[in-house]
Amino acid sequence: MKFLSQLISGISLGSIYSLIALGYTMVYGIAKMLNFAHGDVIMVGAFVVYTMCVTLNLSPILGVLIAIAFCTVLGMVIERLAYKPLRQATSLAVLITAIGVSYFLQNTALLIFGSDTKKFTSVVSISSVSLADGQLIISGETIVTIIVSVVIMVALSLFVNKSKPGKAMRAVSEDKGAAQLMGINVNAMIALTFAIGSGLAAIAGALLCSAYPALSPYTGAMPGIKAFVAAVFGGIGSIPGAMIGGILLGVIENLSKGYISSQLSDAIVFAVLIIVLLVRPTGILGKKINEKV
Amino acid sequence: MKIKKILAVVLSLCMIFALAACSSSIEDEEASTEEAGASTSSEGTIKIGGIGPLTGDVAQYGVAVKLGAELAVAEINAAGGINGYQIEFKMEDDVGDAEKAVTAYGSLKDWGMQMVMGTVTSTPCISVASEAAADNMLLLTPSGSAVECLEAGDTLFRMCFSDPNQGIGAADFIADNDLATTVAIIYNSSDTYSTGIMEKFTEEAAEVGLEIVATEAFTNDSATDFSAQLTNIKETGADLLFLPIYYTPASLIISQATAMGYEPTYFGSDGMDGILGMENIDVDLIDGVMYLTPFIESSTDDATVNFVESFTAAYPDQTAYMNQFAADAYDAIYALKAAAESCSITPDMDASTVGDLMKVAMTEITIDGVTGTGITWGEDGEPNKTPRVAKIENGEIVAA
Repeated sequence: MKFLSQLISGISLGSIYSLIALGYTMVYGIAKMLNFAHGDVIMVGAFVVYTMCVTLNLSPILGVLIAIAFCTVLGMVIERLAYKPLRQATSLAVLITAIGVSYFLQNTALLIFGSDTKKFTSVVSISSVSLADGQLIISGETIVTIIVSVVIMVALSLFVNKSKPGKAMRAVSEDKGAAQLMGINVNAMIALTFAIGSGLAAIAGALLCSAYPALSPYTGAMPGIKAFVAAVFGGIGSIPGAMIGGILLGVIENLSKGYISSQLSDAIVFAVLIIVLLVRPTGILGKKINEKV
Repeated sequence: MKIKKILAVVLSLCMIFALAACSSSIEDEEASTEEAGASTSSEGTIKIGGIGPLTGDVAQYGVAVKLGAELAVAEINAAGGINGYQIEFKMEDDVGDAEKAVTAYGSLKDWGMQMVMGTVTSTPCISVASEAAADNMLLLTPSGSAVECLEAGDTLFRMCFSDPNQGIGAADFIADNDLATTVAIIYNSSDTYSTGIMEKFTEEAAEVGLEIVATEAFTNDSATDFSAQLTNIKETGADLLFLPIYYTPASLIISQATAMGYEPTYFGSDGMDGILGMENIDVDLIDGVMYLTPFIESSTDDATVNFVESFTAAYPDQTAYMNQFAADAYDAIYALKAAAESCSITPDMDASTVGDLMKVAMTEITIDGVTGTGITWGEDGEPNKTPRVAKIENGEIVAA
């Protein structure tokens, strides 16, 4: 029962990592850049939900919808202002810009909301489920997080694989130049990717802070890094890879905390990552890139 | 090139003369208005520096310390200052970070501080203390409770309990009041403060017959998800969960434990102070939480009543900061005043001279303050006072 309980909280944590990792992986797949500001978009999303639901007393669903809209626009604005002008620059310049955007978002949140941690009110109103005479209690947040992650994952896979914009996205990710020649608006596709990734970040923010209800301007930083690791773990650029990587990361983290050592859990997570990357350098589901001669 | 160099030399000479002229004219002015006292010039004041987190994760402590210290300074200045000299107090931000704290210490030294009241949290305090010891600067930390804070030299003192004192006090209180027979601990292994209390608590628990059934850790980087630790602890069925940590992770632990149907008694260290001030906190959730603190607002002793009154009058909008950190800082400034008066500190003494006199004076004074009566200091810099325990009941803090 204890194992099951540890496993379920691991999956719940992992589902949130997955949602965040999706943003990393999509942006990397299409724009070939690491958007380190992604973790902070999560924080912005959570603050929007907090403002809507706690300060303005709107319903949680409405709050989350507004947060999604806000973050979608924010993602596109960040892309337009910070990354688009650097489309031709070296990847290092873009990376540093992303770190700059990350600090910009954190400090703006510091200015507006202050540094003290806020108690987030959960957006989930489902009560927890008690199984096996109360030995196993699954919280409403856990249930909603897992369901939402699965639904989003399926919807996103369908979108990328079946729809026309999805096809265009894949084309851009394979070869920007050729895609442009085929009449695909590359800039629009990159903007769309940022919009989707940031919208997902808002959902991840709401779920993250519902499960772990403390909100501060630094809330997004650590989950952002963990999710980046999850994206690499699963194979960066691959959407199902992000899902698998995120859940594995969450489960490994929780089980090592529960059974090996709560002090060494992070070290164990990263050790597993190193082993996986030694065996499969492109991650679990990463594509092998064949260099053409 | 040569012309430029000559020009530079001439210009800098001009500046030096101009500055010298300025300062001499200030001296003249001062001589003429000697009795006016209240300082426009910096030479007629005793300078106390403060260091603490005014922004960042633990800003709530730093801001409270700043307000408490400024209140004491204003009161002392209004009553005539120290030996007739006004106090000038300047607080620098360290964001709770050791490196930034050392930088803040440096800039306060440049400003001319004669003694330092800080830092607020333990880890930065250890770094600043070794600097202060090297400079023979008197340091009185209001709330840096790790043992190592005072290890670097003999000019280092503290206002709050040390960690051992807290760990021992907590274990004794739990055993004396029969709060529990089995105890579990969650501590922050990346924090000196938390680890220090946990170690002493564990030692003392063995002596007083408390059984520790689980000790779990987390780090600053994993301070959001406690489900794994709590699942393990719930399995052991501990009656009491001891949380020698700050209030942000503590609030998360309590809400996650409640969500999984585990409701032990919670007992915290003084870092738990502030949990009630968290924005949007659910008071039902934290009802019954107990923690060590030297300051309980609802206490009825004279010093506390006075402090509460003047704090409320001075900062009507910031009463949320009226906590033990503010009280510690308030008492710390009064302790510095008492010591400085007993050894006749004057504004023209340099920091090292002040340090020599003050380190003796500090061990000779007895303070009746907000955080306790009859507080004395040993040569090791540790205060001598008994821990008190606060309990949260229906959204109010009461003495347990």
